[in-house]
Amino acid sequence: MGFNAKIAVQYPDFSLDVDLNLPTSGVTAIFGPSGSGKTSLIRAIAGLERPEYARITFGKQVWQEHDIFMPPHKRPIGYVFQESSLFDHMTVQQNLNYGLKRTHSPLSQHEQDHIIDLLGLSPLLHRQPEQLSGGERQRVAIARALLPGPALLLMDEPMAALDFARRKEILNFLERLKSDLKIPLLYISHNVDEVTRLADHLVIMADGKVTQQGPLQDILSRHNTLNRLSNEPFTLLFGQVTTVRTAHHLTEVDLGDALIRMPCQAVEEGAEIRLHLYAKDVSIALSRPQETSVLNILECHIDVIDEATADGQCLIHLTLRDTRIQARVSAYSCEELNLRPGRQVFAQIKAVSII
Amino acid sequence: MGFSDADLQAIWLTTRIASITTILLLLIGTPIALWLARTTSRWKGPIGALVALPLVLPPTVIGFYLLMAMGPNGPIGQLTTALGLGTLPFTFWGLVIASVIYSLPFVVQPIQNAVEALGNRPMEMAATLRAGPWDCFFSVILPLARPGFITAAILGFAHTVGEFGVVLMVGGNIPGVTRVISVQIYDHVEAMEYTQAHWLSGAMVIFSFLVLTAVYSFNRRSKYRGGRHGV
Repeated sequence: MGFNAKIAVQYPDFSLDVDLNLPTSGVTAIFGPSGSGKTSLIRAIAGLERPEYARITFGKQVWQEHDIFMPPHKRPIGYVFQESSLFDHMTVQQNLNYGLKRTHSPLSQHEQDHIIDLLGLSPLLHRQPEQLSGGERQRVAIARALLPGPALLLMDEPMAALDFARRKEILNFLERLKSDLKIPLLYISHNVDEVTRLADHLVIMADGKVTQQGPLQDILSRHNTLNRLSNEPFTLLFGQVTTVRTAHHLTEVDLGDALIRMPCQAVEEGAEIRLHLYAKDVSIALSRPQETSVLNILECHIDVIDEATADGQCLIHLTLRDTRIQARVSAYSCEELNLRPGRQVFAQIKAVSII
Repeated sequence: MGFSDADLQAIWLTTRIASITTILLLLIGTPIALWLARTTSRWKGPIGALVALPLVLPPTVIGFYLLMAMGPNGPIGQLTTALGLGTLPFTFWGLVIASVIYSLPFVVQPIQNAVEALGNRPMEMAATLRAGPWDCFFSVILPLARPGFITAAILGFAHTVGEFGVVLMVGGNIPGVTRVISVQIYDHVEAMEYTQAHWLSGAMVIFSFLVLTAVYSFNRRSKYRGGRHGV
Protein backbone atom coordinates (compact mmCIF):
# COMPACT_ATOMS: atom_id res chain seq x y z
CA MET A 1 0.00 0.00 0.00
CA GLY A 2 0.98 3.63 -0.08
CA PHE A 3 2.83 5.34 -2.84
CA ASN A 4 6.33 4.11 -3.54
CA ALA A 5 8.78 4.90 -6.27
CA LYS A 6 12.12 3.18 -6.51
CA ILE A 7 13.90 4.17 -9.68
CA ALA A 8 17.40 3.60 -10.96
CA VAL A 9 18.34 4.77 -14.41
CA GLN A 10 21.61 5.59 -16.09
CA TYR A 11 21.67 8.38 -18.67
CA PRO A 12 24.77 9.22 -20.71
CA ASP A 13 25.49 12.31 -18.62
CA PHE A 14 23.88 11.55 -15.27
CA SER A 15 22.13 8.89 -13.24
CA LEU A 16 18.96 8.90 -11.24
CA ASP A 17 18.78 6.69 -8.17
CA VAL A 18 15.91 7.26 -5.75
CA ASP A 19 13.80 5.24 -3.35
CA LEU A 20 10.82 7.26 -2.21
CA ASN A 21 7.96 6.50 0.09
CA LEU A 22 5.59 9.32 -0.69
CA PRO A 23 2.62 10.58 1.30
CA THR A 24 -0.80 9.74 -0.10
CA SER A 25 -2.28 13.10 0.79
CA GLY A 26 -1.27 16.73 0.78
CA VAL A 27 1.29 18.52 -1.32
CA THR A 28 4.71 16.97 -1.73
CA ALA A 29 7.24 19.30 -3.28
CA ILE A 30 10.22 17.84 -5.08
CA PHE A 31 12.79 20.51 -4.79
CA GLY A 32 16.21 20.84 -6.32
CA PRO A 33 18.32 22.72 -8.84
CA SER A 34 17.96 22.17 -12.60
CA GLY A 35 19.51 18.90 -13.67
CA SER A 36 18.96 17.20 -10.31
CA GLY A 37 16.63 14.62 -11.86
CA LYS A 38 13.28 16.02 -10.72
CA THR A 39 11.68 15.90 -14.16
CA SER A 40 13.04 12.41 -14.94
CA LEU A 41 11.53 11.22 -11.67
CA ILE A 42 8.07 12.66 -12.26
CA ARG A 43 8.04 11.48 -15.90
CA ALA A 44 8.86 7.96 -14.76
CA ILE A 45 6.02 8.11 -12.23
CA ALA A 46 3.65 9.23 -15.00
CA GLY A 47 4.91 6.50 -17.34
CA LEU A 48 6.09 9.01 -19.94
CA GLU A 49 9.51 7.44 -19.63
CA ARG A 50 10.35 3.86 -18.91
CA PRO A 51 13.47 3.62 -16.73
CA GLU A 52 15.60 0.48 -16.95
CA TYR A 53 14.89 -0.35 -13.35
CA ALA A 54 11.87 0.88 -11.48
CA ARG A 55 9.36 -0.31 -8.98
CA ILE A 56 6.45 2.11 -8.81
CA THR A 57 3.34 1.25 -6.85
CA PHE A 58 0.34 3.39 -6.07
CA GLY A 59 -2.17 2.02 -3.60
CA LYS A 60 -2.91 -1.50 -4.77
CA GLN A 61 -1.75 -0.80 -8.32
CA VAL A 62 1.65 -1.76 -9.64
CA TRP A 63 2.62 0.80 -12.27
CA GLN A 64 6.01 -0.64 -13.03
CA GLU A 65 7.96 -3.64 -11.82
CA HIS A 66 10.14 -6.09 -13.76
CA ASP A 67 8.30 -6.62 -17.05
CA ILE A 68 5.13 -4.94 -15.90
CA PHE A 69 4.73 -1.50 -17.37
CA MET A 70 1.39 0.22 -17.17
CA PRO A 71 1.26 2.73 -20.06
CA PRO A 72 0.57 6.34 -19.06
CA HIS A 73 -2.99 6.38 -20.42
CA LYS A 74 -3.93 3.60 -18.00
CA ARG A 75 -2.51 5.37 -14.91
CA PRO A 76 -5.04 7.42 -12.93
CA ILE A 77 -2.98 10.59 -13.03
CA GLY A 78 -3.35 14.21 -13.93
CA TYR A 79 -0.25 15.91 -15.33
CA VAL A 80 0.52 19.60 -15.72
CA PHE A 81 3.54 20.29 -17.92
CA GLN A 82 6.10 23.03 -17.48
CA GLU A 83 5.04 25.17 -20.41
CA SER A 84 1.33 25.62 -20.89
CA SER A 85 0.55 22.72 -23.19
CA LEU A 86 -2.93 22.76 -24.63
CA PHE A 87 -4.31 21.15 -27.78
CA ASP A 88 -4.11 24.04 -30.22
CA HIS A 89 -6.77 22.60 -32.52
CA MET A 90 -9.41 22.64 -29.80
CA THR A 91 -11.23 25.33 -27.86
CA VAL A 92 -10.74 25.62 -24.09
CA GLN A 93 -14.00 23.71 -23.56
CA GLN A 94 -12.86 20.92 -25.91
CA ASN A 95 -9.52 20.77 -24.12
CA LEU A 96 -11.33 20.33 -20.81
CA ASN A 97 -13.62 17.68 -22.30
CA TYR A 98 -10.75 15.64 -23.77
CA GLY A 99 -9.86 13.87 -20.54
CA LEU A 100 -13.44 13.88 -19.27
CA LYS A 101 -14.64 11.85 -22.25
CA ARG A 102 -12.01 9.20 -21.60
CA THR A 103 -12.23 8.69 -17.85
CA HIS A 104 -14.32 6.31 -15.78
CA SER A 105 -14.13 8.40 -12.64
CA PRO A 106 -14.86 12.05 -13.47
CA LEU A 107 -15.43 14.58 -10.73
CA SER A 108 -19.09 15.27 -10.00
CA GLN A 109 -20.69 18.08 -11.98
CA HIS A 110 -20.67 20.17 -8.83
CA GLU A 111 -16.93 19.64 -8.28
CA GLN A 112 -16.23 20.37 -11.95
CA ASP A 113 -18.13 23.64 -11.78
CA HIS A 114 -16.29 24.54 -8.61
CA ILE A 115 -12.87 24.06 -10.21
CA ILE A 116 -13.83 25.97 -13.36
CA ASP A 117 -15.13 28.73 -11.13
CA LEU A 118 -12.09 28.70 -8.85
CA LEU A 119 -9.70 28.94 -11.79
CA GLY A 120 -11.85 31.63 -13.41
CA LEU A 121 -12.30 29.74 -16.66
CA SER A 122 -15.98 30.45 -17.41
CA PRO A 123 -15.28 33.47 -19.67
CA LEU A 124 -12.60 31.56 -21.57
CA LEU A 125 -14.43 28.37 -22.51
CA HIS A 126 -15.07 29.29 -26.15
CA ARG A 127 -11.64 30.75 -26.83
CA GLN A 128 -8.85 29.10 -28.79
CA PRO A 129 -5.60 28.46 -26.87
CA GLU A 130 -3.72 30.95 -29.07
CA GLN A 131 -5.99 33.72 -27.74
CA LEU A 132 -5.00 33.03 -24.11
CA SER A 133 -2.23 34.50 -22.00
CA GLY A 134 0.40 32.20 -20.49
CA GLY A 135 -1.28 32.29 -17.08
CA GLU A 136 -4.70 31.55 -18.56
CA ARG A 137 -3.32 28.63 -20.53
CA GLN A 138 -1.77 27.15 -17.41
CA ARG A 139 -5.06 27.52 -15.50
CA VAL A 140 -6.82 25.61 -18.28
CA ALA A 141 -4.13 22.93 -18.15
CA ILE A 142 -4.60 22.56 -14.38
CA ALA A 143 -8.38 22.24 -14.72
CA ARG A 144 -8.00 19.80 -17.60
CA ALA A 145 -5.79 17.57 -15.45
CA LEU A 146 -8.21 17.67 -12.50
CA LEU A 147 -11.64 17.19 -14.13
CA PRO A 148 -11.16 13.52 -15.07
CA GLY A 149 -10.81 12.77 -11.35
CA PRO A 150 -7.22 11.51 -11.14
CA ALA A 151 -5.96 9.70 -8.05
CA LEU A 152 -2.66 11.56 -8.22
CA LEU A 153 -1.86 15.00 -9.56
CA LEU A 154 1.62 15.65 -10.97
CA MET A 155 2.93 19.13 -11.72
CA ASP A 156 6.29 19.71 -13.39
CA GLU A 157 7.29 23.29 -12.56
CA PRO A 158 3.96 24.62 -13.78
CA MET A 159 5.08 28.22 -13.33
CA ALA A 160 8.58 28.06 -14.80
CA ALA A 161 7.53 29.67 -18.08
CA LEU A 162 5.51 32.48 -16.48
CA ASP A 163 6.52 36.01 -15.56
CA PHE A 164 6.43 37.21 -11.96
CA ALA A 165 2.86 38.57 -12.01
CA ARG A 166 1.41 35.44 -13.65
CA ARG A 167 3.36 33.27 -11.24
CA LYS A 168 1.76 35.04 -8.32
CA GLU A 169 -1.67 34.66 -9.88
CA ILE A 170 -1.27 30.89 -10.42
CA LEU A 171 0.24 30.48 -6.96
CA ASN A 172 -2.88 32.06 -5.46
CA PHE A 173 -5.08 29.68 -7.43
CA LEU A 174 -3.01 26.69 -6.34
CA GLU A 175 -3.21 27.75 -2.74
CA ARG A 176 -6.99 27.89 -2.88
CA LEU A 177 -7.08 24.64 -4.78
CA LYS A 178 -4.89 22.97 -2.19
CA SER A 179 -7.47 23.22 0.58
CA ASP A 180 -10.08 21.49 -1.63
CA LEU A 181 -7.76 18.85 -3.00
CA LYS A 182 -8.55 15.33 -1.84
CA ILE A 183 -5.74 13.67 -3.77
CA PRO A 184 -1.96 13.83 -3.33
CA LEU A 185 -0.14 16.44 -5.38
CA LEU A 186 3.45 15.92 -6.43
CA TYR A 187 4.86 19.30 -7.24
CA ILE A 188 8.24 19.90 -8.84
CA SER A 189 9.90 23.22 -8.26
CA HIS A 190 13.19 24.98 -7.83
CA ASN A 191 11.51 28.05 -6.38
CA VAL A 192 11.76 28.39 -2.60
CA ASP A 193 8.77 30.70 -2.47
CA GLU A 194 6.45 28.21 -4.17
CA VAL A 195 7.66 25.35 -2.02
CA THR A 196 7.28 27.15 1.29
CA ARG A 197 3.80 28.33 0.37
CA LEU A 198 2.40 25.10 -0.98
CA ALA A 199 4.22 22.09 0.37
CA ASP A 200 3.35 19.92 3.34
CA HIS A 201 6.11 17.46 2.61
CA LEU A 202 9.45 18.11 1.06
CA VAL A 203 11.82 15.98 -0.98
CA ILE A 204 15.13 17.64 -1.75
CA MET A 205 17.12 16.29 -4.67
CA ALA A 206 20.63 16.86 -5.95
CA ASP A 207 22.55 15.04 -8.69
CA GLY A 208 19.90 12.40 -9.19
CA LYS A 209 19.67 11.51 -5.50
CA VAL A 210 17.39 12.41 -2.63
CA THR A 211 19.34 14.35 -0.02
CA GLN A 212 16.53 15.02 2.46
CA GLN A 213 12.87 14.19 2.78
CA GLY A 214 10.20 14.69 5.40
CA PRO A 215 7.52 17.08 6.61
CA LEU A 216 8.25 20.64 5.51
CA GLN A 217 8.51 21.99 9.05
CA ASP A 218 11.02 19.34 10.10
CA ILE A 219 13.26 19.94 7.13
CA LEU A 220 13.12 23.70 7.44
CA SER A 221 14.05 23.62 11.09
CA ARG A 222 17.33 22.00 10.15
CA HIS A 223 19.96 24.62 9.63
CA ASN A 224 20.66 25.97 6.21
CA THR A 225 18.49 23.56 4.28
CA LEU A 226 16.72 26.12 2.16
CA ASN A 227 19.10 28.98 2.69
CA ARG A 228 21.71 27.30 0.60
CA LEU A 229 19.18 27.21 -2.21
CA SER A 230 17.80 30.71 -1.76
CA ASN A 231 19.56 34.03 -2.35
CA GLU A 232 18.00 35.74 0.63
CA PRO A 233 18.17 33.73 3.87
CA PHE A 234 14.82 33.46 5.61
CA THR A 235 12.90 31.47 8.17
CA LEU A 236 9.50 30.00 7.64
CA LEU A 237 7.24 30.29 10.70
CA PHE A 238 4.02 28.39 11.23
CA GLY A 239 1.43 30.03 13.44
CA GLN A 240 -2.18 30.58 14.28
CA VAL A 241 -3.97 33.90 14.18
CA THR A 242 -5.15 34.65 17.71
CA THR A 243 -6.38 38.22 17.68
CA VAL A 244 -7.33 40.70 15.04
CA ARG A 245 -7.36 44.06 16.81
CA THR A 246 -9.29 46.38 14.61
CA ALA A 247 -8.80 49.35 16.93
CA HIS A 248 -5.00 49.29 16.46
CA HIS A 249 -5.13 47.58 13.11
CA LEU A 250 -2.96 44.78 14.38
CA THR A 251 -3.00 41.07 13.86
CA GLU A 252 -1.48 38.74 16.43
CA VAL A 253 -0.06 35.40 15.47
CA ASP A 254 0.79 32.72 18.00
CA LEU A 255 3.90 30.77 17.04
CA GLY A 256 3.61 28.42 20.00
CA ASP A 257 6.51 29.90 21.95
CA ALA A 258 6.21 33.52 20.87
CA LEU A 259 3.66 36.04 19.79
CA ILE A 260 4.14 38.06 16.63
CA ARG A 261 2.25 41.28 16.09
CA MET A 262 1.90 42.65 12.62
CA PRO A 263 -0.08 45.28 10.74
CA CYS A 264 -3.65 44.19 10.11
CA GLN A 265 -3.87 41.34 7.60
CA ALA A 266 -6.74 39.93 5.65
CA VAL A 267 -6.90 36.78 7.75
CA GLU A 268 -9.51 35.37 10.09
CA GLU A 269 -9.03 34.57 13.73
CA GLY A 270 -8.00 30.96 14.24
CA ALA A 271 -6.53 30.59 10.75
CA GLU A 272 -3.34 28.55 10.38
CA ILE A 273 -0.83 30.62 8.46
CA ARG A 274 2.78 30.64 7.32
CA LEU A 275 5.06 33.60 7.79
CA HIS A 276 8.20 34.58 5.96
CA LEU A 277 10.86 36.14 8.13
CA TYR A 278 13.90 37.35 6.26
CA ALA A 279 17.20 37.36 8.14
CA LYS A 280 17.89 40.87 6.88
CA ASP A 281 14.79 42.08 8.76
CA VAL A 282 16.07 40.82 12.11
CA SER A 283 18.56 42.81 14.18
CA ILE A 284 20.11 42.00 17.54
CA ALA A 285 20.35 43.88 20.84
CA LEU A 286 22.05 42.76 24.04
CA SER A 287 19.38 44.17 26.33
CA ARG A 288 15.68 44.59 25.80
CA PRO A 289 15.31 47.76 23.76
CA GLN A 290 13.13 50.38 25.42
CA GLU A 291 11.12 53.07 23.75
CA THR A 292 11.33 51.58 20.31
CA SER A 293 8.78 51.46 17.50
CA VAL A 294 9.66 47.86 16.70
CA LEU A 295 6.63 45.73 17.52
CA ASN A 296 8.26 42.38 17.95
CA ILE A 297 11.17 41.83 20.27
CA LEU A 298 11.90 38.24 21.10
CA GLU A 299 14.26 36.99 23.75
CA CYS A 300 16.37 34.17 22.43
CA HIS A 301 19.85 32.72 22.52
CA ILE A 302 22.49 32.41 19.85
CA ASP A 303 22.89 28.98 18.43
CA VAL A 304 25.46 29.23 15.68
CA ILE A 305 27.18 32.09 13.90
CA ASP A 306 28.13 31.47 10.28
CA GLU A 307 31.39 32.75 8.80
CA ALA A 308 31.15 36.28 7.47
CA THR A 309 30.38 36.48 3.78
CA ALA A 310 32.40 38.56 1.33
CA ASP A 311 30.19 41.61 1.92
CA GLY A 312 31.02 41.58 5.64
CA GLN A 313 27.72 40.10 6.82
CA CYS A 314 27.21 37.32 9.35
CA LEU A 315 24.21 35.03 9.50
CA ILE A 316 23.27 34.30 13.12
CA HIS A 317 21.03 31.37 13.98
CA LEU A 318 18.85 32.04 17.00
CA THR A 319 16.66 29.78 19.07
CA LEU A 320 13.58 30.74 21.05
CA ARG A 321 12.25 27.64 22.70
CA ASP A 322 11.32 25.50 19.72
CA THR A 323 11.35 28.09 17.00
CA ARG A 324 14.51 28.92 15.14
CA ILE A 325 15.05 32.19 13.36
CA GLN A 326 17.96 33.88 11.66
CA ALA A 327 19.40 37.37 11.83
CA ARG A 328 21.84 39.00 9.48
CA VAL A 329 24.14 41.55 11.00
CA SER A 330 27.46 43.02 9.95
CA ALA A 331 30.60 41.24 11.02
CA TYR A 332 31.60 44.54 12.64
CA SER A 333 28.52 44.58 14.92
CA CYS A 334 29.11 40.94 15.69
CA GLU A 335 32.56 41.81 16.94
CA GLU A 336 31.51 44.99 18.80
CA LEU A 337 28.67 43.28 20.65
CA ASN A 338 30.85 40.25 21.31
CA LEU A 339 28.18 37.89 20.01
CA ARG A 340 29.00 34.25 20.81
CA PRO A 341 27.03 31.02 20.61
CA GLY A 342 25.02 30.49 23.80
CA ARG A 343 24.57 34.19 24.57
CA GLN A 344 21.20 35.52 25.54
CA VAL A 345 20.10 38.30 23.14
CA PHE A 346 17.02 40.14 21.92
CA ALA A 347 15.94 39.83 18.31
CA GLN A 348 14.15 42.84 16.90
CA ILE A 349 11.90 41.92 14.03
CA LYS A 350 11.40 44.82 11.69
CA ALA A 351 9.14 43.13 9.19
CA VAL A 352 7.40 39.83 8.66
CA SER A 353 5.02 38.83 5.91
CA ILE A 354 2.25 36.33 5.53
CA ILE A 355 2.76 34.06 2.54
CA MET B 1 -11.67 17.47 -79.46
CA GLY B 2 -7.94 17.06 -78.93
CA PHE B 3 -7.95 13.66 -77.17
CA SER B 4 -8.31 10.38 -79.05
CA ASP B 5 -10.04 7.37 -77.49
CA ALA B 6 -6.62 5.90 -76.79
CA ASP B 7 -5.62 9.14 -75.03
CA LEU B 8 -8.76 9.10 -72.89
CA GLN B 9 -8.13 5.46 -72.05
CA ALA B 10 -4.60 6.38 -70.93
CA ILE B 11 -5.92 9.28 -68.82
CA TRP B 12 -8.50 7.06 -67.13
CA LEU B 13 -5.93 4.32 -66.49
CA THR B 14 -3.47 6.82 -65.05
CA THR B 15 -6.13 8.26 -62.74
CA ARG B 16 -7.07 4.79 -61.48
CA ILE B 17 -3.47 3.75 -60.84
CA ALA B 18 -2.63 7.04 -59.14
CA SER B 19 -5.74 6.93 -56.91
CA ILE B 20 -5.18 3.36 -55.75
CA THR B 21 -1.47 4.05 -55.27
CA THR B 22 -2.22 7.15 -53.17
CA ILE B 23 -4.58 5.24 -50.87
CA LEU B 24 -2.04 2.43 -50.43
CA LEU B 25 0.73 4.98 -49.86
CA LEU B 26 -1.17 6.73 -47.08
CA LEU B 27 -1.84 3.37 -45.39
CA ILE B 28 1.77 2.20 -45.72
CA GLY B 29 3.54 5.55 -45.50
CA THR B 30 1.82 6.82 -42.34
CA PRO B 31 3.16 4.17 -39.93
CA ILE B 32 6.62 4.44 -41.51
CA ALA B 33 6.52 8.23 -41.16
CA LEU B 34 5.31 8.06 -37.54
CA TRP B 35 8.03 5.57 -36.67
CA LEU B 36 10.73 7.66 -38.36
CA ALA B 37 9.46 10.82 -36.64
CA ARG B 38 9.50 9.38 -33.14
CA THR B 39 12.11 6.63 -32.98
CA THR B 40 15.50 6.93 -31.41
CA SER B 41 16.55 3.57 -32.87
CA ARG B 42 19.84 3.28 -34.68
CA TRP B 43 17.85 1.94 -37.65
CA LYS B 44 16.30 5.36 -38.20
CA GLY B 45 19.11 6.43 -40.54
CA PRO B 46 19.20 3.32 -42.76
CA ILE B 47 15.39 3.02 -42.97
CA GLY B 48 15.05 6.72 -43.74
CA ALA B 49 17.67 6.37 -46.47
CA LEU B 50 15.93 3.32 -47.92
CA VAL B 51 12.63 5.21 -48.11
CA ALA B 52 14.36 8.18 -49.76
CA LEU B 53 16.27 6.08 -52.36
CA PRO B 54 13.67 6.63 -55.14
CA LEU B 55 14.41 10.36 -54.89
CA VAL B 56 17.94 9.90 -56.19
CA LEU B 57 18.02 6.62 -58.16
CA PRO B 58 17.27 6.67 -61.90
CA PRO B 59 13.73 5.25 -62.36
CA THR B 60 15.19 2.63 -64.67
CA VAL B 61 17.27 1.23 -61.82
CA ILE B 62 14.24 0.89 -59.57
CA GLY B 63 12.26 -0.54 -62.47
CA PHE B 64 14.99 -3.03 -63.26
CA TYR B 65 15.19 -4.43 -59.72
CA LEU B 66 11.42 -4.53 -59.36
CA LEU B 67 11.23 -6.41 -62.66
CA MET B 68 13.77 -8.92 -61.38
CA ALA B 69 12.01 -9.30 -58.02
CA MET B 70 8.56 -9.67 -59.50
CA GLY B 71 9.65 -11.94 -62.36
CA PRO B 72 9.15 -15.74 -62.22
CA ASN B 73 12.56 -16.25 -60.58
CA GLY B 74 12.40 -13.31 -58.18
CA PRO B 75 11.24 -13.63 -54.55
CA ILE B 76 8.04 -11.66 -55.09
CA GLY B 77 7.37 -13.53 -58.34
CA GLN B 78 7.78 -16.90 -56.63
CA LEU B 79 5.44 -15.80 -53.85
CA THR B 80 2.74 -14.56 -56.20
CA THR B 81 3.05 -17.67 -58.35
CA ALA B 82 2.76 -19.88 -55.29
CA LEU B 83 -0.37 -17.97 -54.30
CA GLY B 84 -1.80 -18.66 -57.75
CA LEU B 85 -1.67 -15.00 -58.78
CA GLY B 86 0.80 -15.42 -61.62
CA THR B 87 3.60 -12.91 -62.04
CA LEU B 88 3.15 -9.16 -61.67
CA PRO B 89 5.27 -7.54 -64.41
CA PHE B 90 3.22 -6.04 -67.24
CA THR B 91 0.03 -6.09 -65.16
CA PHE B 92 -2.06 -3.35 -63.58
CA TRP B 93 -1.21 -4.42 -60.02
CA GLY B 94 2.44 -4.81 -60.85
CA LEU B 95 2.41 -1.19 -61.89
CA VAL B 96 0.57 -0.17 -58.71
CA ILE B 97 3.17 -1.89 -56.52
CA ALA B 98 6.01 -0.28 -58.47
CA SER B 99 4.31 3.11 -58.11
CA VAL B 100 3.95 2.68 -54.36
CA ILE B 101 7.68 2.09 -53.99
CA TYR B 102 8.60 4.83 -56.44
CA SER B 103 6.39 7.48 -54.77
CA LEU B 104 6.96 6.40 -51.15
CA PRO B 105 9.31 9.27 -50.14
CA PHE B 106 6.87 11.86 -51.46
CA VAL B 107 4.30 10.62 -48.95
CA VAL B 108 6.53 9.64 -46.01
CA GLN B 109 8.57 12.84 -45.83
CA PRO B 110 5.77 15.44 -45.55
CA ILE B 111 4.03 13.35 -42.88
CA GLN B 112 7.29 12.73 -41.04
CA ASN B 113 8.17 16.44 -41.09
CA ALA B 114 4.71 17.46 -39.89
CA VAL B 115 4.76 14.95 -37.02
CA GLU B 116 8.32 15.88 -36.05
CA ALA B 117 7.28 19.55 -35.93
CA LEU B 118 4.56 18.66 -33.43
CA GLY B 119 7.11 17.29 -30.99
CA ASN B 120 6.20 14.69 -28.37
CA ARG B 121 4.22 17.00 -26.13
CA PRO B 122 0.75 16.67 -27.77
CA MET B 123 1.07 12.88 -27.61
CA GLU B 124 2.21 13.00 -23.99
CA MET B 125 -0.68 15.28 -23.08
CA ALA B 126 -3.12 12.88 -24.74
CA ALA B 127 -1.59 9.92 -22.88
CA THR B 128 -1.89 11.61 -19.47
CA LEU B 129 -5.55 12.32 -20.34
CA ARG B 130 -6.25 8.59 -20.87
CA ALA B 131 -5.96 8.43 -24.66
CA GLY B 132 -4.42 5.20 -25.99
CA PRO B 133 -2.17 5.18 -29.08
CA TRP B 134 -4.92 4.80 -31.73
CA ASP B 135 -7.15 7.31 -29.99
CA CYS B 136 -4.19 9.68 -29.83
CA PHE B 137 -3.50 9.27 -33.56
CA PHE B 138 -7.04 10.12 -34.63
CA SER B 139 -7.82 12.80 -32.04
CA VAL B 140 -4.46 14.58 -31.89
CA ILE B 141 -1.85 13.64 -34.51
CA LEU B 142 -4.14 13.54 -37.55
CA PRO B 143 -5.86 16.90 -36.92
CA LEU B 144 -2.66 18.67 -35.88
CA ALA B 145 -0.56 17.28 -38.73
CA ARG B 146 -3.38 17.49 -41.28
CA PRO B 147 -1.53 19.84 -43.66
CA GLY B 148 1.29 17.30 -43.82
CA PHE B 149 -1.10 14.47 -44.66
CA ILE B 150 -2.82 16.54 -47.38
CA THR B 151 0.50 17.55 -48.89
CA ALA B 152 1.58 13.90 -48.82
CA ALA B 153 -1.58 12.72 -50.62
CA ILE B 154 -1.35 15.40 -53.31
CA LEU B 155 2.35 14.82 -53.96
CA GLY B 156 1.96 11.04 -53.96
CA PHE B 157 -0.84 11.28 -56.51
CA ALA B 158 0.90 13.81 -58.73
CA HIS B 159 4.21 12.01 -58.68
CA THR B 160 2.58 8.72 -59.64
CA VAL B 161 0.83 10.43 -62.54
CA GLY B 162 4.17 11.74 -63.75
CA GLU B 163 6.22 8.53 -63.67
CA PHE B 164 7.66 7.11 -66.88
CA GLY B 165 10.86 5.14 -66.47
CA VAL B 166 9.54 2.68 -63.91
CA VAL B 167 6.40 2.17 -65.99
CA LEU B 168 8.37 1.31 -69.07
CA MET B 169 10.48 -1.22 -67.19
CA VAL B 170 7.77 -2.88 -65.13
CA GLY B 171 4.56 -2.16 -66.99
CA GLY B 172 5.54 -2.10 -70.61
CA ASN B 173 3.04 -0.60 -72.99
CA ILE B 174 -0.26 -2.49 -72.95
CA PRO B 175 -3.31 -0.36 -73.83
CA GLY B 176 -5.79 -0.13 -70.96
CA VAL B 177 -3.51 -2.09 -68.62
CA THR B 178 -0.19 -0.31 -68.37
CA ARG B 179 -0.19 2.37 -71.05
CA VAL B 180 -0.39 5.47 -68.86
CA ILE B 181 -0.30 9.11 -70.06
CA SER B 182 3.47 9.47 -70.04
CA VAL B 183 3.87 6.33 -72.17
CA GLN B 184 1.09 7.48 -74.47
CA ILE B 185 2.93 10.77 -75.05
CA TYR B 186 6.10 8.83 -75.84
CA ASP B 187 4.20 6.76 -78.36
CA HIS B 188 2.78 9.89 -80.00
CA VAL B 189 6.21 11.40 -80.35
CA GLU B 190 7.65 8.15 -81.72
CA ALA B 191 4.87 8.18 -84.34
CA MET B 192 5.50 11.90 -85.01
CA GLU B 193 1.94 12.73 -83.88
CA TYR B 194 3.06 16.06 -82.44
CA THR B 195 -0.44 17.57 -82.18
CA GLN B 196 -1.60 14.69 -80.00
CA ALA B 197 1.59 14.87 -77.97
CA HIS B 198 1.00 18.60 -77.47
CA TRP B 199 -2.50 18.05 -76.13
CA LEU B 200 -1.47 15.47 -73.57
CA SER B 201 1.75 17.21 -72.58
CA GLY B 202 -0.03 20.55 -72.22
CA ALA B 203 -2.66 18.87 -70.05
CA MET B 204 0.10 17.41 -67.87
CA VAL B 205 1.82 20.80 -67.47
CA ILE B 206 -1.45 22.48 -66.45
CA PHE B 207 -2.37 19.62 -64.11
CA SER B 208 1.04 19.68 -62.40
CA PHE B 209 0.99 23.46 -62.10
CA LEU B 210 -2.46 23.40 -60.48
CA VAL B 211 -1.44 20.66 -58.07
CA LEU B 212 1.70 22.46 -56.95
CA THR B 213 -0.19 25.76 -56.63
CA ALA B 214 -2.69 23.97 -54.43
CA VAL B 215 0.06 22.48 -52.23
CA TYR B 216 1.98 25.74 -51.83
CA SER B 217 -1.05 27.91 -51.09
CA PHE B 218 -2.30 25.30 -48.64
CA ASN B 219 1.05 25.25 -46.87
CA ARG B 220 1.11 29.02 -46.63
CA ARG B 221 -2.45 29.14 -45.30
CA SER B 222 -1.87 26.50 -42.68
CA LYS B 223 1.38 28.02 -41.44
CA TYR B 224 -0.31 30.38 -39.01
CA ARG B 225 -2.04 27.40 -37.44
CA GLY B 226 1.29 26.07 -36.40
CA GLY B 227 1.54 23.24 -38.92
CA ARG B 228 5.07 23.49 -40.23
CA HIS B 229 5.98 20.81 -42.71
CA GLY B 230 8.18 20.43 -45.72
CA VAL B 231 7.54 19.27 -49.24
